[in-house]
Amino acid sequence: MQSNVNALKNKIKQNLAFSVLIAALCITLLFLGFMIFFIAKNGIGVISWEFLTQPPRDGMMYGGIAPAIVGSFLLVMGAIVFALPLGVATAIYLQEYSPSNTALRIINLGINNLAGVPSIVFGLFGLAVFVRLFGFGVSVLSGSLTLGILILPAIIAASQEAIMAVPLSFREASLALGATQSQTITRVVVPSAAPGILTGIILAIGRAGGETAPILFTAATFYKRGFPTGPMSEVMALPYHIYALMAEGVNPERQTLIAYGCALVLLALVIIIALSAIIVRNKHRSSYGH
Amino acid sequence: MNSFKERAFKYVFCVLAYCSLLFLLGIVLTLVFNSLQAILNINQLQFFFSDDWAPYFYPPIFGTLQLVISSFMVGAMACLIAVPIAVCTALFLFELASPRARAFLKPFIEILAGLPSIIFGFFAMVVIAPWLQRTFDLPSGLGAFTAAFTLAFLAIPQIVSITEDALSFVPKSFKEASFALGANRWQTLSKVIIPAAGSGISTAIILGASRVIGETMVVVMVAGGATALPESIFSPVRPMTATIASEMGEAAHGSLHFSALFEIGLMLFVITLILNLLATRISKKFRLKLGHGR
Repeated sequence: MQSNVNALKNKIKQNLAFSVLIAALCITLLFLGFMIFFIAKNGIGVISWEFLTQPPRDGMMYGGIAPAIVGSFLLVMGAIVFALPLGVATAIYLQEYSPSNTALRIINLGINNLAGVPSIVFGLFGLAVFVRLFGFGVSVLSGSLTLGILILPAIIAASQEAIMAVPLSFREASLALGATQSQTITRVVVPSAAPGILTGIILAIGRAGGETAPILFTAATFYKRGFPTGPMSEVMALPYHIYALMAEGVNPERQTLIAYGCALVLLALVIIIALSAIIVRNKHRSSYGH
Repeated sequence: MNSFKERAFKYVFCVLAYCSLLFLLGIVLTLVFNSLQAILNINQLQFFFSDDWAPYFYPPIFGTLQLVISSFMVGAMACLIAVPIAVCTALFLFELASPRARAFLKPFIEILAGLPSIIFGFFAMVVIAPWLQRTFDLPSGLGAFTAAFTLAFLAIPQIVSITEDALSFVPKSFKEASFALGANRWQTLSKVIIPAAGSGISTAIILGASRVIGETMVVVMVAGGATALPESIFSPVRPMTATIASEMGEAAHGSLHFSALFEIGLMLFVITLILNLLATRISKKFRLKLGHGR
């Protein structure tokens, strides 16, 4: 009898606890779901062909956000062109040439800890080194390099993981066939690790495209007539444009409307990029049987 | 000839690897180097313990205490909101979600974790701030609580992901042993799995805190921007990150103000570095404890 009562008590406790867990999930999903829905609902009316393809007109009141889209695209491409070779080469060196344990430990410690450095600190670094010391000024180049360094730790980590997942037998088979180590790396290891590296890069693209703080003082400008002309010109960028629309200018109501459209474009791009990373990863999971 | 090529190949990779390390070290050096002027010319006792920040006065006053307090206050409030919700959400994913629900929810949470902070800042400005202002009948919706509330939801997906990983890391045998002793699912979860994953969960929380303290755009947009000591949880405040972001544009290069902002950056770097080192350390112990040493 006593044990029945106890079991019942425990059952009730369990039900209570589980309802709390369900409530927590609902809070998370409802809040974040509502945020996405709200931006989509208010932004969709603003978006038109003109909005996506025209530069702004009449002091930001009309026209579109095309220079911001182009600017973001250039910044992200520049960051990837810089960080990809450096990141993948670092990962290959650490995993394939296995330097001394201390070197590996120090480099990995540095990489792990820099992944957690606030993005505004990267902005300070970019300002001091690229804008001032190297004299690139506030430009696409400075912004790209700053974003490149920001995503470097993530690219190194993702590439290391992908290379580590390539079975040792692949390398042994290649070496047994008489291939040299460099041939093994370029023709066996890197191609096998490519989907994993690609996932890391896609995620890095999403991260770099959404960051605002690192480009505040290194690349971004609120208003620019027309499109960027070269690597040394200032650019408009989507995330910074949202901030500037909300913080500067003379017509808050009209600007908030444009900001909704801008936020929806950024949100859609980031979600599409993240989804494609997940698709690439899921496809890759089915290979080499684990 | 061939061995020369092999060696050259290796050295190229070696040089590139050390290049990335150099860039990363460069961040520390740059922060220190640019802070030097402030460290040497501002009384450091005043810098850390005065709560008066007036860079445009003559002579300027650089006291950062209230900026640091604001950062920690916003960070602590955000964690108080985020941690219970995030840990419970992770427990749901781990214990209650059907495989199909999990297959959908896990990637969804991952996508949410990657949303740009500017989206949260924008949403906070147009929705959360007016809502909190109405609900609590405040003079302005922009303040510490608004920022903390927004940052909490920014941090939740990340804390959920890491917590869920930590829970999945607990060997299945723990669960089976507990069931075999007659415990029900909640008893197993609360008395076996959570204690076993405890340090993994604390790693998730520390990383979340580090993210929240280092976040810039949300606090620039909705924290209110007043450089005074906060009087209540709704007071407008200006955390360290927001101070750097809003003043760096106007500070003349090479001025004491410019250097003082770098010193705030250095402080921020040290704070997040300590949190990250702590998290790495705890997570290593956690893995060793559960027998996955590496």
